[in-house]
Amino acid sequence: MTSDSGWVWLYGVAGDGFEAVAGDVAGVGGRPPRTITAAGLTAIVGDVGDREYGEVVLPRNLEDLDWLARTARAHHAVLEAVTARDPVVPMRLATLFADDDGVIGMLRERAADLRRALSVVSARSEWGVKAYAAKPAEPAVAPASQATGPGAAYLQRRRAQLNASKDAREEALASAQAVYAELGRLAVSARLYPPQTPDLAGQPTPMVLNAAYLVANEQAGEFASAVTELATRHRFVQLTITGPWPAYSFVGEGERPGPR
Amino acid sequence: MSQGSLGGGQSPALSTGSLGGPQPANLGDILERVLDKGIVIAGDIKVNLLDIELLTIKLRLVIASLDTANQVGINWWKSDPWLSADAANGSKRQELERENRELRDRVEALEAGSRDDE
Repeated sequence: MTSDSGWVWLYGVAGDGFEAVAGDVAGVGGRPPRTITAAGLTAIVGDVGDREYGEVVLPRNLEDLDWLARTARAHHAVLEAVTARDPVVPMRLATLFADDDGVIGMLRERAADLRRALSVVSARSEWGVKAYAAKPAEPAVAPASQATGPGAAYLQRRRAQLNASKDAREEALASAQAVYAELGRLAVSARLYPPQTPDLAGQPTPMVLNAAYLVANEQAGEFASAVTELATRHRFVQLTITGPWPAYSFVGEGERPGPR
Repeated sequence: MSQGSLGGGQSPALSTGSLGGPQPANLGDILERVLDKGIVIAGDIKVNLLDIELLTIKLRLVIASLDTANQVGINWWKSDPWLSADAANGSKRQELERENRELRDRVEALEAGSRDDE
């Protein structure tokens, strides 16, 4: 493959024990993934065309949300399939090489970094935990208010509602912090993402926690039970768990200057 | 772009907020990981990482603006009374507006009731 016809898209890097990518995953651009081996490492790659992924069009396509969504899902689908079986260091989206030799050169040059990252993700998985504020419950109307007239009763009820809403907000934020810390004890490491907008999250109530945890596979059951237990204990938040994810959030250390 | 395709892959069960085992990944979950995270290796095409970070912000803006076109900030959660004490003050106005609306409805209902009596 030469740069005239296309580019080599890098999904991730596995160790030398990696056998092959399962045949039923459609990769980015609909081309099935393949592997390149060098320096005792296995690069999981795909071939993509220059017309859609070339230097000039790629940045423009990345700005197209439909294209980006499609590509991100395809990239993720391949990584999800391969990490189900083997430890894989996931690459950031749109890591492209002119040809296989470029990938081989990179594997040799970055072998130490990649092995270190592989040891971090080995026998571990990423889990996402989100907390949403629970809808504040309607406060009970004090029956004695009937004596003070309907107007006063109405105001009293409104005040109670406002107080309940404020309390619920504070409780939800406090619960989110408690949940984040408590789950951290069962994880190798943890990362916080900004809360997603209600539209993006598809939830009617605000997200108060958006966290990622790197958990040893043998502790995955205990971690899930802890989430369930916390969900029953903290009634001001609703918890959701996603995963197992390729360990996206835990392979980039030292790669980026400063916190996001 | 429709809301449907942005939120695609989301299980309807998620909207109940119940914790019934791992939920399917939504697009937001995938994008915040594959754009912001994952190991960074310099390939032969230089994609400006700053551009990508801008993109994720833009993405949040676009998604937020679809339904709430009037109030969009980069730190959208700062305008969310649930998450920020500053914004809680702003929400008092909304509360008052809602209360005003409710009172007007009650007055209308009362007026309609008294007309029926005539």
